[in-house]
Amino acid sequence: MAEREQKKRTGQPSESEQVEDLPAASESGEKLKSDMDDLLDEIDEVLETNAEDFVKSYIQKGGQ
Amino acid sequence: MVVPKTVGIETEYGIVLKGTDDPNPIAASSLLINAFLTVREPKSQPRVSWDFEDESPAQDARGETPLHALAPEIETHLVNAVLTNGSRYYVDHAHPEYSTPECADARSVTIHDRAGEEILIESMAAASSLLTDGQEIVVYKNNSDGKGNSYGTHENYLMDRGTPFGQIVHHGIAHLITRQIYTGSGKVGTELPGLNRNEVTYQLTQRADFFEEQVGLETTLKRPIINTRDEPHADARKYRRLHVIAGDANMSEVATYLKVGVTSIVLGMIEHDAISRTFHFADPVRAMQQISHDLTLKRPLELEDGTKVRAFEVQQALLDDAQKFIDANGTDAVGGPVALDVLERWGHTLDALGRDPMELSTTIDWVAKYRLLEAYRERHGLEWDNARLAAMDIQYTDMRPGRSIARKLGLERISTDEEVHAATTNPPEDTRAYFRGECLRKWGDHIVAANWDSLVFDVGVDPLRRIPMMEPTRGTRKHVGTVLEECNTPLELVERLSG
Repeated sequence: MAEREQKKRTGQPSESEQVEDLPAASESGEKLKSDMDDLLDEIDEVLETNAEDFVKSYIQKGGQ
Repeated sequence: MVVPKTVGIETEYGIVLKGTDDPNPIAASSLLINAFLTVREPKSQPRVSWDFEDESPAQDARGETPLHALAPEIETHLVNAVLTNGSRYYVDHAHPEYSTPECADARSVTIHDRAGEEILIESMAAASSLLTDGQEIVVYKNNSDGKGNSYGTHENYLMDRGTPFGQIVHHGIAHLITRQIYTGSGKVGTELPGLNRNEVTYQLTQRADFFEEQVGLETTLKRPIINTRDEPHADARKYRRLHVIAGDANMSEVATYLKVGVTSIVLGMIEHDAISRTFHFADPVRAMQQISHDLTLKRPLELEDGTKVRAFEVQQALLDDAQKFIDANGTDAVGGPVALDVLERWGHTLDALGRDPMELSTTIDWVAKYRLLEAYRERHGLEWDNARLAAMDIQYTDMRPGRSIARKLGLERISTDEEVHAATTNPPEDTRAYFRGECLRKWGDHIVAANWDSLVFDVGVDPLRRIPMMEPTRGTRKHVGTVLEECNTPLELVERLSG
């Protein structure tokens, strides 16, 4: 039973699952661009300082 | 039978205790919730605990429960509180979990889901005063740690017991896997065994990678698209509760609103046999993952009869049926007047997804997150496997107000701040949660146990008195408001209700 399950799981994604990129967002306005710039500045401020350690240590016990 | 779609959402939050070498998530979750309760109930009155009397999570909707199918369910009986807003706040599987009270429509449950976030925020603040310097508890409203561990956000819908379960399975699968195109919260990478992050750099949902079965009883292993837990928390002769485990936690209120609002309508249509076409997917689990992994939303999915369909087309067909259904039957069974607004937003959302999903960057989580990640990637010239992108993915759902990325994006609101704040203490007035919440507020000292379908009172004289609440649509302000006002003691209440 377990073996069959295993086979099914590993065989599953063989076919190409390549995700196509979306067309670039169609915003032209300078305002939108500057809003996004401000936002990205803010992201840099709030992002955990050592992203790699943070991501590595973010381990959760499985739940439902 | 017309069964109003009483709904609720349960969210298991991710939790991190910073500043320690031995972060015990169960202890941290307990501390978090206890700190909140202590602040909320400074009188240190005895806390109302959960009553497990009527819990039977292993009951299977398909009928007999085979022994080997028993859910490996261990409820930690640590902290388990019922709040005056009618919600349940507790530790489950090493996570703090918040279950909204029963709500009568998608708008109400969106407000209460957001109130749950506020309660978690208050809890973090309360916990900080109990921790030593350098320690901090942070909670995240997501469903995956990016390493193959998942924790759920479950929806619950009251349904007519008379509806054949097979109908729920067929139409429910088609809806739940295709709704991902607007309910997904987005995720960097994949956790599906055998795939790597170069193959799936970003996907629509947190949860799709974790599903392995079409139908089943489990929630923690071999997760099924349709969960068969048959525990109605209501009159079992009339009702079933569909326990939906296939969704993501949403930061966007509009996404929560559509997730619950559309699903309520679809379930109402299933009860009335009003869905014109059944989409039998050749491999529903695989289709669920293919949909989640396809950012173009255009991938054709194989049906049993060999033809192909796109997720978008299934949702469009359901929408067309829903419009006819509501024209003919009204909205009584599918969320009342809110359903009309849901219908309109559903249509707009599908139209926009068909044109350019990026139009939805203030309403749909996966789009909002993707747009931001792309902009950040471009600015810093990052590849998709860069840790900063994975950190942003997690921090999108950071519950600390100053750190939550989602909260910086100007996402469209369904609720107002006032409504959310009120919902942290007040129950909805139009379900039995009103009775539960108001009794707790008024006579919390005399309630020894509570659960979804009963309250147990200690009225001062033996024996304890249990008040059953088997009808989720009764116990509303309209039904019991006057009685609650007129009674001065719990004994009076119990006698009036049983008299």
